[in-house]
Order: sequence, then structure tokens, then C-alpha cells
Amino acid sequence: MRATLRPVLLLVGLAVLIVAPLGESNYVIYLLCSWLIFSIAAIGLNLTLGYAGQISLAQASFMGIGAYSTAILTLAGWPWVVGMLLGVFLCFIVGLALGFPALRVKGHFLAFVTLAFNTLVFLVSRNEEWLTGGTYGLSNMPRPSLFGFSTDNQTHFYYFTVLVFLVSAALMYGIVRSPWGRAFKALRENPIRAESLGVDTRWLTLIAFAIGSAYAGIAGALVSPLVQYIDPGSFALVHSLRILLMVVVGGAGFFFGPMLGAVIVILLPEALRFTEGYYLIIYSAAVIALMVFCPSGLIGIWGRLRDRLGRKPETRADMQAGAQL
Amino acid sequence: MKRRALLVTAAAAATSAFVAVAPVGTAHAAGTVLIPCVCELSGAGAVSGTNYRDGAHLAIKEINAAGGILGKKIEMTDYDTQTDPQTSRALMQKAIDSGAYVVMGTVYSGSTIVNMIVAQRAGVPQITGSEAPNITQKGNPYIFRTSSGAEKGVPSLTPYFKHTLKTKKIAVAWVNNDFGKGGHDVFIKQMKKAGIQVVADVPSEQGQVDFAADVAKIKQSGAQAAFVYLNEEEDARFLREAKKQGLKIPLVGEVTLTGQKVIDLSGGAAEGAFAHVGLATSAPVFKNFVKKFRDAYNRDTDHNGIKGYIGIYAIKYVTEMIGKFDRKAFAKKMHGLTLKASKYPGMMLDTSWDNTGEMLRTSFMTEVKNGKQVVIGTVPAE
Amino acid sequence: MSEFLQVVLSGLATGSIYALAAIGFTLLWQAAQTVNFAQGEFVMLPAFFVLIALHWFGWPLWAALLFGLATAVVVLGLLFKKVVVEPMLPNTGLPLIIATMALSIFLKEGTKKFYGAEAQPFPPLFPQETLHVFGAAVSAQDILNLTVSLAVVVALTLFLNRTRTGRCIQATAQNPAVAEILGVKTKRMVLYTFLINAALAALASFLISPVYLAKFSNGETLGIFAFIAAIVGGFNQIRGALVGGLLIGVLDNLTATYITTSYRAALPLVLLIVVILWRPYGLVGTSEGREV
Repeated sequence: MRATLRPVLLLVGLAVLIVAPLGESNYVIYLLCSWLIFSIAAIGLNLTLGYAGQISLAQASFMGIGAYSTAILTLAGWPWVVGMLLGVFLCFIVGLALGFPALRVKGHFLAFVTLAFNTLVFLVSRNEEWLTGGTYGLSNMPRPSLFGFSTDNQTHFYYFTVLVFLVSAALMYGIVRSPWGRAFKALRENPIRAESLGVDTRWLTLIAFAIGSAYAGIAGALVSPLVQYIDPGSFALVHSLRILLMVVVGGAGFFFGPMLGAVIVILLPEALRFTEGYYLIIYSAAVIALMVFCPSGLIGIWGRLRDRLGRKPETRADMQAGAQL
Repeated sequence: MKRRALLVTAAAAATSAFVAVAPVGTAHAAGTVLIPCVCELSGAGAVSGTNYRDGAHLAIKEINAAGGILGKKIEMTDYDTQTDPQTSRALMQKAIDSGAYVVMGTVYSGSTIVNMIVAQRAGVPQITGSEAPNITQKGNPYIFRTSSGAEKGVPSLTPYFKHTLKTKKIAVAWVNNDFGKGGHDVFIKQMKKAGIQVVADVPSEQGQVDFAADVAKIKQSGAQAAFVYLNEEEDARFLREAKKQGLKIPLVGEVTLTGQKVIDLSGGAAEGAFAHVGLATSAPVFKNFVKKFRDAYNRDTDHNGIKGYIGIYAIKYVTEMIGKFDRKAFAKKMHGLTLKASKYPGMMLDTSWDNTGEMLRTSFMTEVKNGKQVVIGTVPAE
Repeated sequence: MSEFLQVVLSGLATGSIYALAAIGFTLLWQAAQTVNFAQGEFVMLPAFFVLIALHWFGWPLWAALLFGLATAVVVLGLLFKKVVVEPMLPNTGLPLIIATMALSIFLKEGTKKFYGAEAQPFPPLFPQETLHVFGAAVSAQDILNLTVSLAVVVALTLFLNRTRTGRCIQATAQNPAVAEILGVKTKRMVLYTFLINAALAALASFLISPVYLAKFSNGETLGIFAFIAAIVGGFNQIRGALVGGLLIGVLDNLTATYITTSYRAALPLVLLIVVILWRPYGLVGTSEGREV
């Protein structure tokens, strides 16, 4: 039953993605593109946070690196793909460079280093006008054309975004299912035991962080043609916090968590717009409540409900916490 | 495994359900014309945006009471951009989708430069309150200002520095964002042309609280006067620090430095500051408006309230001139238009627009005397 | 020379405020394993409690200040612990961090909605006279800030080391399980920590609001400086927070005056990264020993 159910559900999901923009206004399609782009960034952060257990507060700045490299290159006439690949490459390298020393020390130091990094990237993009257009930003980036097929039309760009999204998600699925992915899981569950089994925790965490940051680069490369205007403020610390929120609210460590989280974080404010000035208050209170009652995120709610309501096999009390070293 | 897949379906279903019921475009009553306000009602620009909208509402009330524009009543929906450029862009799209005739907003330059691309593509005229120079330099035929850009305002100060204050060495303190950099760049060019040496160039961050270093640098540089181009709260903090450190040189600003808010927040340190102001709420010509605003909203307004008010009246007058609700004709008519206050009282001052949407109008030199902004002279429109 | 002295003295005054915020942050981290991302808002809020008492109730200044302090201690100390931290206790770590991030937004937006978005003038606690020391202008407020921070550090250190309650708090911080076994009322010790943090935040609030003006967004920069000061100074020593705060205040001003103004904000960030990489326990902090 399980084996046949999953592919069917995935097909349904795919169908929904394809059908979604038909007949909708430009504004709604724009929102959908935005959701997909942030989902990609959140998927990356999920690898760093949910699987490797590290907090990164720089995801937006990596998006910025991706966006700026794409913008600068496409404005100079290069095709979008080149810009995107360069951006992803840069993000990966910078991720390695940033993570290598920071992960030497135990504890949540990566969080603070990434916090500082995000603001530094903002300052550089704001001050170095010759490269990034400074505070005025860069505008009028051309939209990519795929095999001669232009994406200027918002709906066409949406399908292009869906394509990139599907490829990225599939890639992540492959990573998570691979031996690497299992090593990540081991790392998250019990780092000491993982280490005793020969898993190089430090290197693994570093790679997870670098890949997660590279995903943000992909997302950023899509932001540039979508909005056709980027400025330093679009990638400030507050946006990194939003992406973190998406991962946590959706459910860190679950594959579909980031997408659910992105739906909530991007679309919920739209639905709450009628509350005018109050929606951020309602929103933040809801997040606090969520963290208090269900720290494993929304996907975790299903599991908890099932535990509460369904029958469960008897477990030995001392085995519930798992064997501890 | 199964639960995750089920949850994906749930998420997909939720998304499609949302998408299906999302407001695509609210149809409005046949007898109304839609002029939405895409402005900053929360975030850093909350005060400016709220004043802009409230000034506009005041005008709408008056116009609707007198029969509206060409017999149609004006309907204004608010779209809060939260002072975020990306949000403002999305909301501009939303406002246009709903069938806007002309859009009012935004006030913050950083947002306008982004969302005007959307309005331009859709061919919708936009009446903005922003002042950064680059807004009218991008070749957008649909953007129109309600106050002079920095490239018009700052040069008005040059003769003041050169001939009245006879300054040879000057300092500039500016906020490092679109608004501040725009003014700063124009200022530097002007000083070069006038042969005045800039001995201290001090950028600061929006929201900065500690100005000790900034003031100390200016003090040390030997400047004989300083051009201060910051947002209101930072103006107040700067002035306090200047008073504390005993900075005795004339402090001259553009638009913000002598505003009532700055005077209130600086606790007496604003005394003696000068500023060139396009829309000085203390000028006699605006007295009536200021009173009307206070009666309606129980608080004082700033120049943004005036901008919103005259923006709506401009829409009314121009539409009546062309005799129909035609966006393209509207934009064309605005270029090179002059509205005299004697014939068009809603404008309060003679106003002209050039071919880039830039506005020209008489402006004022003001000084803070005894805790109040006082007009000490007028500057004719170029 | 007088310029140098000016910026150093101003830097010390500002830095002492960062220190107060950092001390509370450090205490919470140590004693309650709580990384409080809302610390900046904790310093922003008490000023508004005072303004409410002044303008809505019409009370005199001294009563308003007491009201502000009391409300801060109850809301930011007691309520924060009971409503936000305690229910999450087994899960400290990421969910708590996210919750405090959400809390900072909640407090910020709440203040903006219920009081107002504009900056509010705040009555000064000390006369605004300025003294001139070798050509540098120092206000009575600056001296007060510095004195208060030093006094707080001394008082807290004495409290933690010399009194029984203080030592119980330290025991709870070092090893709660063993402390509990030895008869220390750990829950109450943790509560005291939260109350102390709230009181410190209120104090910082009253000291800076006359100059900074009370505004809902004040917490943003203050929060970041508090974290950086705590980490740079050394988060397992109270005096580390003081050292960190003063250092950042002074270095920030010196950078802005002599090196660069457009990258001024980068200095504390670079300092943070350097300290984490080279000396993670901070300049004054002591090594924690192994963590299993």
C-alpha cells in the first residue's frame, strides 16, 4: 500500500504545481514563484539544520551572492545559466571557507559567525557601488530564455521556476537517500556514536553547510530574473531569519518540511493581510505557540497526533530515550 | 513515510485552495474611480506613509463631497508596503490588478525605485512622494513627483552657502541609503562647481543612535558649516550630540532638519538650525491645510501630508482637463503642465512638472527660532 | 588629541550600556541555557512601560520609573520564564532560539502597534550638564552610565560569589542535576536569574532612552551588540560582558572616526568572527573543559 501510495501522491503534487497558475493574476503567479524560490533556499537550510544540526543565519546572504552574480553577468550579456553556476560555485566555496574554522568549536558558534557574515555581505553590497550598484542596486535584468523560449511572460517564468525547483528537490532527495544522507542522520541523532563508528563529523557537517549554502545560491539566481531588481536590503539578516523560520515551522529534518514552511511563511501573511497592522503580532505569537507545543514543526504534528490517538506497541521505558553513551 | 506523503498532499491542496480563492481583482462599483495608496503604513517609513495617505484622504473627502472627478467618486484602498521594497513591488502589482486608474505612493525612495518598474510596464501613472534623484532619471513616462527631488532641492542651498554664509570649507553628514546618497551625490557636485572644499564626508546608518564619532570628526575638520542630510530621528540625535560637544558652526539641512518632529525630539538642540524645505508646514500658504488636517486627525502633519493632498488634487484637475479617465492621456498632459494655485486651489502653490515627471515649485528657507520652524525666505522655482 | 579623548569617552559611555545588556544575556545563557534573541527588545521595552505610566496614568517620574522596573521584572522575567521557557525546557536548543526570535518580533510589533511607531522623547534621569575634560565633552549622563555598569558588575560578582543564593545560582548553572541532589532549589535559582536579567535590561533602558529616544526598533542594534559583547568578552564570566561591551563601544567609535565610516558596522562583526575562531571562550572567559 505504502509503495503505491507515494508515487501517486507525488504525481498529484506535480499536477497541482502545473495547474496552479492557470487563470490567475500576475500577482498570484508572482507569489507562487516566490514560494518555489524560497522553498529551494529552505531545502538547502534544511540540510544544514535539520540533517546536520547546525544553525545558519546567512542563508539570505548566500541568496544574495547567487542573485548578484547572476545579475552582474546577465546584465553584461552572459546567459543566465553561467551566472547561476558561478553563483552556486561561489556559495559552495564561501560556505566551506566560513564553516571550516567555525565548526572547529563545539556549540552554536556557526550561528553567530553566519549572523556576522550576513551583515558583512550586506555592508559590502551596499558600499561597493562599482560592483553591485551600491544602495541603488541593479535593475532590468533580462529574463532567461530556455532553448529560444523566452520567459518574459510571468506564467512562462513560473514553469521555468518549477523546472529548476524539481531538479533541485530531486537532487536533494538523492543526497538524503545516499550513504552521505544516512551519515547526516546518524550525525543528528547521536554525534558521539556516529563518531565512534568512523563518521568524520566535522567534515560531514562542513559539506552539509556548504551544500545548503549552494542551494541558497540557486534560489538567489532565480530571484534576479523574477523581480528584475535587486538591492542589498533584499538579502539582509531579517530574510535569513525568515528562511530559518520556514524550516523550523515546516519541520526540520523532514524532506517536505521546508516546502510546507515556505507556504506558511509566504502565503500566510497574504491571507492575514486583512488584519492590517496586527498580522505580525499574530504571526509571531503563533510561532511561539508552535515552538512551545510542537517543536518538531508542523509535519511533526501529524506524528504526534498519531502517537496520541493511535495504538502504539509497548516500549521499554529505558529504551525510549535511546541508548546513551 | 506515508505521513509525509499525506502531508505533501495536504500542503498542495492547501496551496491550490488558497490560490483558487485568492482575490484576483475586486470589481468596483461602476460609479467610482479606483486610486489605491501603496504606501508605508508600518516599518521605518510608517509615519511618512501614514501622513501621505491621510493627506490624500483629506483631499478625497473634499472632492467626493463636491461630486468627485467627472461625476465619479474616488475610492482609495490602502496597501501597506511595510517599508520593504519587495513587498511594495508585489503590492503595486496587486493594486494594478484590481483596476487602478492612477496609483498614489510610495514615499520611501528605496521602494519607489523598485515598484515603479511595475507601474511603468502596466502603463499606470504613479504619483510618488519620494525625493531620490534617480527616480526621474530612469526614463519612466508614468512617474510624477509631489515634491522636488534632491537634484532640485540641494542646489537651492548652494547660493546660501556661497554668498550668505560665505563658506570655504564645508562638512556633510548623510544617511547611507537611497535617499541620503542621492542628496549627498548632488551636494558634492554642487560644492565642486561652487569651489567650496568638502573637508569632512561623514556617512551614517539609518537608525544609528550614537553620533559622537560623526560630530567629533566634523568638529576636528575645521569646517565652517555643515550640510546635514539625515532622517528625522537621526537628525535629532545628531543635533543633541552637536550641542553636547559644542559644535558651533551653522547646521544646514534639506527638508528634514527643521521639521517639528526633529525640534520636539532634540530637546532644544535644534535651535538655530537652518533648512531648505519644499513644503514647510509653517509657511503661511499652508496654514489652512495644517488646520484642516489637525481637525480631521487630531495630530500635526508633516510635508508628506501636503504631498498626499496635492497629489489627489492634481489627479482631479488633470483628469478634468482631458475630460476622460485615460491613463496615457493623463501622463501626456502632466508633462510640461503648470497648475496655478489661483485657478486650482487644491494645489496651494503654483506647481509645474517637466518631461521627466520632476516637479518645480517655490520653496522656502527656514530656521528654528524659539523652538519653532520659521520661514526666513523663499526660493523661486527654477 | 581632544578628538581622540572625545570618542574614547563617548565610546565608554555607550559601551557600558552594551555591557549591561550583555551581562543579562550571559547570565541567561549560563544559568538557564537560554540564548535570548529578544535581549535587545528586553532593553527597548521598559522605557515604554515608564512612558505609559507618565502619559497614560499621569504619574510623577519616580513612580513611573518604579512602575517600569516592576513591570519589566514581572513581564520580562517571570512571565517570560513561565510562559515561554519553562514549557520548552526539555527541548532547549533550537526551538527555544526560534521562540525567542519570534518573541523579539512580537515585542517589537506589539510596541509599535500599541504605543506608536514614532520615536518618543524620554525624560533624562540626570541633569544634562556637560563637563569638559581636556577638551572632550562628557555629560553627567555618560558618567552615570559608566558608574552604574561598574557598580552592577561589582555588585553581581559579590552577590554570586559571596552570598548563599548567589552560589546556589552558580551551582545550578554548572550542574543542575547535582545541584538538585544537593538540595538547591534549582527552579527558583533559574527564576532569580530571569528576574535579574529583566532588572538589568530595565536599568539599561532607563539609562539610554534619554539619548537614544524610545523607539520600537531600538532593540535591533542593541541586541546584536549585546550578543557580540557577551561572546567577545567571554560568556562564562560576568566581567567578560563588561570588557566586551566597553571594548566594542570604544572600538566602534575609533573605527568610525579614524578608519572608515561606511564600514563602521563591520568592526564588531569582524571582531566576533576573529574571537570565535581564535579564542572561542572570549577574551576574559575561561575554557569550559570538555563537553560530552
